[in-house]
Amino acid sequence: MNPPVYRDTDLVLSAESVTKSFDGFKAINDLNFYLGEGELRTVIGPNGAGKSTFMDLITGRTRPDEGTIVMHQADGHDIDLTRLQEYQVNRLGISRKFQTPSVYGNHTVFDNLLLSLNRSRGVMKSLFYKMTAGDREEIEEVLETIRLADRKDDEAGFLSHGQKQWLEIGMLLAQKPRILLVDEPAAGMSDEETERTGELLLSLEGKQSIVVVEHDMEFIRQIARRVTVLHQGHVLKEGSFESVSKDPKVIEVYLGRQKHDDAA
Amino acid sequence: MGVLKPFEKRSELAVFLLLAAVVIVLPCLNGMTGEESGWHVSNFKLGVWGKYLCFAVVAMSLNMLWGYTGLLCLGQCLFFALGGYAFGMYLMLMIGDLGAYKSELPDFMVFLGYEQLPTHWKPFYSPWFAILMVMVVPGLVAFIFGFLAFRSRIKGVYFSILTQALTYAAALLFFRNDTTFGGNNGFTDFKFILGADIREPSTGRWLFVASGILLLTVYWFIAWLLTTKFGKVQEAIRDSENRVRFSGYSTTHFKLFIFVVSAIIAGLAGALYVPQAGIINPGEMWPTKGLDIVVWVAVGGRGTKAGPIIGAVLVNLLKSYTTREFPEYWLLILGCLFVLVVIFMPDGIVGLCKRTWVRFVRPKAGSGPAAEEKALATESS
Repeated sequence: MNPPVYRDTDLVLSAESVTKSFDGFKAINDLNFYLGEGELRTVIGPNGAGKSTFMDLITGRTRPDEGTIVMHQADGHDIDLTRLQEYQVNRLGISRKFQTPSVYGNHTVFDNLLLSLNRSRGVMKSLFYKMTAGDREEIEEVLETIRLADRKDDEAGFLSHGQKQWLEIGMLLAQKPRILLVDEPAAGMSDEETERTGELLLSLEGKQSIVVVEHDMEFIRQIARRVTVLHQGHVLKEGSFESVSKDPKVIEVYLGRQKHDDAA
Repeated sequence: MGVLKPFEKRSELAVFLLLAAVVIVLPCLNGMTGEESGWHVSNFKLGVWGKYLCFAVVAMSLNMLWGYTGLLCLGQCLFFALGGYAFGMYLMLMIGDLGAYKSELPDFMVFLGYEQLPTHWKPFYSPWFAILMVMVVPGLVAFIFGFLAFRSRIKGVYFSILTQALTYAAALLFFRNDTTFGGNNGFTDFKFILGADIREPSTGRWLFVASGILLLTVYWFIAWLLTTKFGKVQEAIRDSENRVRFSGYSTTHFKLFIFVVSAIIAGLAGALYVPQAGIINPGEMWPTKGLDIVVWVAVGGRGTKAGPIIGAVLVNLLKSYTTREFPEYWLLILGCLFVLVVIFMPDGIVGLCKRTWVRFVRPKAGSGPAAEEKALATESS
């Protein structure tokens, strides 16, 4: 069953009435979330609000107990994501960056990107794959974007933490996705690196739909367009950064948690 | 030359050529020199080295899984033994009526009161069918087991334990008399192989050469595989399986493919081992045998091309020396060796050599710990 609404608003992803519990604990509770084509959305929320679980649900890593998660294809078809495996979801054009940078440490930066191109991903195809000039060009382009062109022959394991984060973003870009899910891209970065990451994400706005999960308020202020606040697996508030940051409920959720932390 | 392209480094090509030389020279020294010559290689020694070559191949097959894909399989001995059994069935039938009971049936069947050959034994009169089964049986077992395990996302130590349980269960099955595989005595007393007398020195030489060719082929195949995108995906799975999965690859398919290929290679090694050892019994699939293979790979160098070969040969040389001189201490020595390697040489003998080479022989510009690490770039998964 596909959700009946919002077909004329250029949505790329809809999640409706999604619920997921682990051993009785409702990690996601009746969540509704809509993402527009080319939109840059920021998702915030205290620890345990269900941000990562929500990403897991979209990418096929876990299945919801109830509700629908649907991707709207450009040709008008809707695809139910809750029945697919991770690699199938990815092939539809949904890419995900993990919280801790996960790159292939023993491969060169170039090979990391080569493995991320969106083709020849079957067993047999990968056995007899030959790199074309076009592939090389695409990789070089991404290398420029993530400013790692001069490190392309180095093994990814020797990059700095911030560079690894960028490489992983580059690996997502090489997949040419329609939707990018980015989990805490600024974690562990210097201020300058954080700002550049923000610029990079902003430059993608309009071309790809992006969901950024973040904690760093400075960073959110830089990139925020529309902000979704999650709390206890539910959308607490959605709106501009200003309206969200002034909302008493949002303040309580964050400050309440701080008080609790102080007590502990 | 195009064929030698997979060898990315000179040292790999050197190892390949050295191995090829050994495969040619040892049988020549056996066949063309007299026993009084100082260069002579006895039939016995050639047979021993032939077995070592088979051990090296099975070690390489484990290295494909463990070293390059991060799957520690403790049941590699099962695939080796299954290949050995499949070829052993052919060898048993070639004994004909020359057995102790002068019957067309294998001795153990007469002893257990069989009236006629069980149906599934009959096609094994054909050596080609037997060779096919040498690959199909281990491959199929690996496929079924791997399909179930990888689909359920079983990995790490759980995968290892299950493979050990699998080989243990299989050994118990083969120990039984009523499974038509000769119970705990297994198969032995072989007489003929492909029409040739198995005790003839020339047969021994051909078996040695065949084992050598298998070794060289597998060495080349693994080198080639690592140059392909498939090989890169394989190593990527070892380093970050989630990333691979979220890049649109079905890691289940990749792992299944590599598991089956590795089982087939182990089966071929087992098939060549059996005529040279002259016996196959369920002891070959006992869990300790699977651990032996792990030790060979660890000692030689996991995730290196030559490591498994070096490890298999050195550990077995040490074993044959120790069990002759101080038989009661062998297991103790083996245990200590493993512990020492794990603590002091995580990447084995090959890793140690590389480290030494980088530090002392070829100090590069900008040397120091960072450059050393960079040149080594081996990482545990």
